[in-house]
Amino acid sequence: MLPLVQVRNLRFRYEDGVEALRGVDFRLDAGESVALLGANGSGKTTFVLHLNGLLAGEGSVEVCGLPVERQNLAEIRRKVGLVFQDSENQLFMPTVLEDVAFGLLNLGRSRDEALERARAALETVGMAGAAARAPYHLSAGEKKRVAIAGILVMEPEILVLDEPTTFLDPPGQRALTALLASLPQAKILVTHNIPLAVATCRRAVFFQNGVIAAEGPVGEIVTRFGWDLTVEASNPCR
Amino acid sequence: MRPVVVDRGASWMHRLDPRAKLVPLLVFLVALGTAHRALPWVAAGLFLLLAAGLISARIPLSGALSRAALVLPFSLVFGAACWLAGDPARGVALAVKSYLSALAVLLVASATPLPDLLRGIESAHAPRLLLMVAQFLFRYLFVISEEGRHMSWAAASRGASLRAMAAGRSVRFRAAAGALAVLFARSYARAEEIHRSMLGRGFSGRFPSLDRLHFRTRDGVFAALASLAAAAVRAAAERMA
Amino acid sequence: MAAVHIPDGFLSTPVWATLDVTAAPLVGYLARRAQRGFDEAKVPLLGVMGAFVFAAQMINFPVGIGTSGHLVGAALLAYTLGPASAAIVMSAILATQALVFQDGGILALGANVLNMAVMGVAAGYLPFYLGAAGRWRRLSIFAGGALSVLVSALLALSELLISGVRMPASVLGVSLALFAVSAVIEGAITLAVVRALEHIRPGFVGNPTRSSWGPCAIGLAAVLLAAVGVLFASTAPDGIQNLAIQTGTAARARVLLSTPFAGYQAAFFESAWLRKGAAGLAGLVLVAGACLLIGRAARNRSV
Repeated sequence: MLPLVQVRNLRFRYEDGVEALRGVDFRLDAGESVALLGANGSGKTTFVLHLNGLLAGEGSVEVCGLPVERQNLAEIRRKVGLVFQDSENQLFMPTVLEDVAFGLLNLGRSRDEALERARAALETVGMAGAAARAPYHLSAGEKKRVAIAGILVMEPEILVLDEPTTFLDPPGQRALTALLASLPQAKILVTHNIPLAVATCRRAVFFQNGVIAAEGPVGEIVTRFGWDLTVEASNPCR
Repeated sequence: MRPVVVDRGASWMHRLDPRAKLVPLLVFLVALGTAHRALPWVAAGLFLLLAAGLISARIPLSGALSRAALVLPFSLVFGAACWLAGDPARGVALAVKSYLSALAVLLVASATPLPDLLRGIESAHAPRLLLMVAQFLFRYLFVISEEGRHMSWAAASRGASLRAMAAGRSVRFRAAAGALAVLFARSYARAEEIHRSMLGRGFSGRFPSLDRLHFRTRDGVFAALASLAAAAVRAAAERMA
Repeated sequence: MAAVHIPDGFLSTPVWATLDVTAAPLVGYLARRAQRGFDEAKVPLLGVMGAFVFAAQMINFPVGIGTSGHLVGAALLAYTLGPASAAIVMSAILATQALVFQDGGILALGANVLNMAVMGVAAGYLPFYLGAAGRWRRLSIFAGGALSVLVSALLALSELLISGVRMPASVLGVSLALFAVSAVIEGAITLAVVRALEHIRPGFVGNPTRSSWGPCAIGLAAVLLAAVGVLFASTAPDGIQNLAIQTGTAARARVLLSTPFAGYQAAFFESAWLRKGAAGLAGLVLVAGACLLIGRAARNRSV
């Protein structure tokens, strides 16, 4: 069974010399959902930017059997749907509907088909009434859902979300968790939000200093690295 | 600078094609701008026309009148200069013409979201790059302005300390420059992320266009009538004097 | 008074019409230069930096007792984006200001674009082009900021004067003084921001690239300043003469007044429309001609 994502010994160094990835091995199979956990700066975001070719490092990255190289980028970018942390930078068109249709129009679909699929995608994320609105006036949670719709509309095989619950209030986080849990695509979730990770993913990998230090079931990784939010009883502030 | 909220369906004028509003606007501005004789009559007539437009577009009249008045401080300075130099008629003309022109643009801008206006202007073969840049500018105008506002609050909070005040003007000047540089760098980084987001969704060098404008008969009728009205008011007013 | 946005109703018909007709193809040319081909990838950057300039107006720079200035930005954009892109960004800013905020007229858009987006950017880029790579880097950055604001303001004032807006000599003097002060402030702010930027991202504001734009800017700026001087002397004879007499430059002024374009009377035409329009056009043809000649000379030399 061909893995959806196969990464071998990925290394990447930023222009200013920082070595963000030092040999990452990763695999994602069909239907799987994996949480990427780890401290800020451990390489999680840098890693996901390699999955659709926005960054190019050394080593091998393959998506659905295709190496991530220039000639395959168009196809890979349809298969890998990347949702950024800041939706403000993802919803750049004047209206919600135009933004969601953007990806499909780039793929060469007709205007009518693009609009119809865009409306359907908005329906899926529960934002059908917002089609004519300007993105600036949406709340953070609404923007995130529209951004997801803009990715869903391209029918990706893999959904990659970078810290999707940042900027969301607790009800927003719960709503997003429910939405993501209901989507059938394979998922890679970069997150600090443990309830989200637990609800949507079976497996987790833990990034540390540019490598994957451990992988296993979400609960196990969380306990092993103390990655939840409970505070010790001996709280000096009490 | 408060965000201008244009609700697309608020009135029949909002639902018109932007070109049907831009053409009469230009006719109006030229009719006003080239008027020399009987200016009080022309101005009064055109003002009534605008008021009628504002009311049918369901735009709050007093709000519009006071927003247009923002041009007056500038105009009155030059008006006063003309008066002092011995040409009071021109001084008054400057103030009146600039106010009515601003009001006319306000009417059209309040009844049409900017991206639609830009699509309308595209029909006049304005450079596409310029229009796309303006579209993105408008999209991120309030986002970055808010960031700027927060930064100036932060700078002001820090600057309010006694030590900062004692440190003097040059320190605060450099602090403001630092804040601007940070805002610049953040904006630049934001633009890079927008570009990555575009690439991630298959952008291959050209923005796809979603044709949004449909010029219907009623648009043509309105454009013709409104243009004629402006020209007629000018002609009639000049005849009256 | 840093950025003079001329409203509608101020300029006379020959002036705004000629400037609109001149600005349109110029902006088209600059758009083609900024874009270089069909790739529209630059659009988000230019749009966002335009939004930045708007937001920058909110940050106050203390300059005196109770007064503060703010960045106009033409020079800073020219240094960081290149002059053609900067001109497009400034044009987009002016169009947005005119349409959304009614700051600046619609018929007067050609004039405002020429003053600030084209001439302001060219004049701002010129010192940077000449001096940024050498010992006088900080001075060139400052001078660019100052020149961009000064040239834009002088052009706007000339256009108003040609259109018949009258001004007593005292008001004219105060305006010129204000322009000079705004120019110095813009230069100082531009320099301070560039230095702070280089602190955050060293090497970000690089050196200007060799291209025909530079010498073109030289040509533009030189002829421009001469033309402005001529306009002043010839269109507001009373004001300038009084000022000249007061400052002892009366003799020089009399010489300037007798040039062919004095009083904007291109004597060959009868109608006022043609006269003013022709003189205006002639000025701009001078500019374009100098630009082409110098551009060609520079290209030959830099082979």
